[in-house]
Amino acid sequence: MTDTLTDTSGDTGPEPAYPIDRSPRCPFSPPAGLRELQSTAPLRKVQLWDGSGAWLVTRYEELRALAQDPRISSDILRPGYPHVGVGSLERARRQTLFISMDDPAHARLRRLVTAPFAVKRIQAMRPEIQRLVDELIDTMLAGPCPANLVREFALPLPSLVICRLLGVPYADHAFFQRNSAALLNRNSADQATEAQRVLMDYLDQLVGEKLARPADDLLSALATGQVAAGLLERRELTAIAILLLVAGHETTANMISLGTLALLRHPDQLDALRATDDPARVAAAVEELLRHLTIVQSGLRRVALEDIEIGDRVIRAGEAVILAIDAANHDAAVFSEPDRLDLGRDARHHVAFGYGVHQCLGQQLARVELQVVYSTLYRRVPTLRLAADPTELPYKHDSIVYGVHELPVAW
Amino acid sequence: MRVTLHQDKCVASGQCVLAAQDVFDQRDEDGVAVLLDDNPPAEAHDDVRHAAAVCPALAITLAES
Ligand code: SF4
Repeated sequence: MTDTLTDTSGDTGPEPAYPIDRSPRCPFSPPAGLRELQSTAPLRKVQLWDGSGAWLVTRYEELRALAQDPRISSDILRPGYPHVGVGSLERARRQTLFISMDDPAHARLRRLVTAPFAVKRIQAMRPEIQRLVDELIDTMLAGPCPANLVREFALPLPSLVICRLLGVPYADHAFFQRNSAALLNRNSADQATEAQRVLMDYLDQLVGEKLARPADDLLSALATGQVAAGLLERRELTAIAILLLVAGHETTANMISLGTLALLRHPDQLDALRATDDPARVAAAVEELLRHLTIVQSGLRRVALEDIEIGDRVIRAGEAVILAIDAANHDAAVFSEPDRLDLGRDARHHVAFGYGVHQCLGQQLARVELQVVYSTLYRRVPTLRLAADPTELPYKHDSIVYGVHELPVAW
Repeated sequence: MRVTLHQDKCVASGQCVLAAQDVFDQRDEDGVAVLLDDNPPAEAHDDVRHAAAVCPALAITLAES
């Protein structure tokens, strides 16, 4: 590793800005500049939106090592933490989510909500998810063609599922779908801060209702089991609810729409997926799409607690570190021909869900939703095609989670 | 092969269960992994190695014999 960390062209000169924009002509691939840094300077100081610096980690091996290194902190309130955009610190002061905390505070909160996301519990939801997918397809096919796949299908599915699991009334979906998306915008402080405020109010009121009239859902269980017993503060439960609601929406929805777009642009891969009814091959396809697309596009944010030596570089205590999972998932040392979408490859060791103790809690739910979608949608709608120029789609360049705002499709 | 599972490190990601269903399971109450077989048969070894490699919390250690 050391030899590649010596000065090369990408390693000198002014610090490049991060995040790096995708090329407008190639909105679909990881930014070329990111790949360039990966090959020339796998550990590189970059400059963030506020002028501060951070170490950008782009290679798989170093990324995995750092993601589970106890000398690395996820504490968003710690000085030196690399904020994703304007307003981020202010929002964190108002309400910190357990993804932005270190153990033991993180572990205490996370463990409260892990049970419903266990593999077997999620697999038991498969028939219900299948029913929802079929219903949404029926509704879309009965409506006007072309349709916007994001609005008619990709967003409603995860929304319905997470609402049921949490016990959030789906009738309010327009409201929280809009605010979930706004909360992830990294450029507009006003929008994101206002979205946080209204979601906090909404969910706090909902927690109050669960305390008064519990139902069979996760928020009720936590309200009556933990909050009522004084083991969890009400504002902590509200923060958990926001985290799960927002994370449950944007991620899976973008994987459904962006995944569909990727498959429509790779007809041979789509045909192969359509032709199989082997659950193992569908599961493998889901892992490859997760790797290939890696929709979390502004890296995992960390700050060093101690000096950490990597090759001939030292990350100093207090310095910011950004783990670029999108780059790591396209590391040719680990995934051969990484830019090729190959549904037959074994991509299970990708880091699209992160790595280390903060690895995505909802990953098994996401997997089952995507497996059902990818094995149903294209078979039930074999003529599904894009009804827009792929280079002109509204891509989510300014969001923490990449995707498309709209995906016009016809059949 | 001897498998050791450090439950105190487990973050309940379920990766081990996906990789090797006959060797790992998760507790109903909190999703923390449980070891079903600390000496799995040879045909499970690849899956168990994969489980140890993808465990995000490095909670699974193997002693190959
Ligand atoms: S893979 Fe690791 S962290 Fe995840 S459930 Fe298994 S032991 Fe726990």
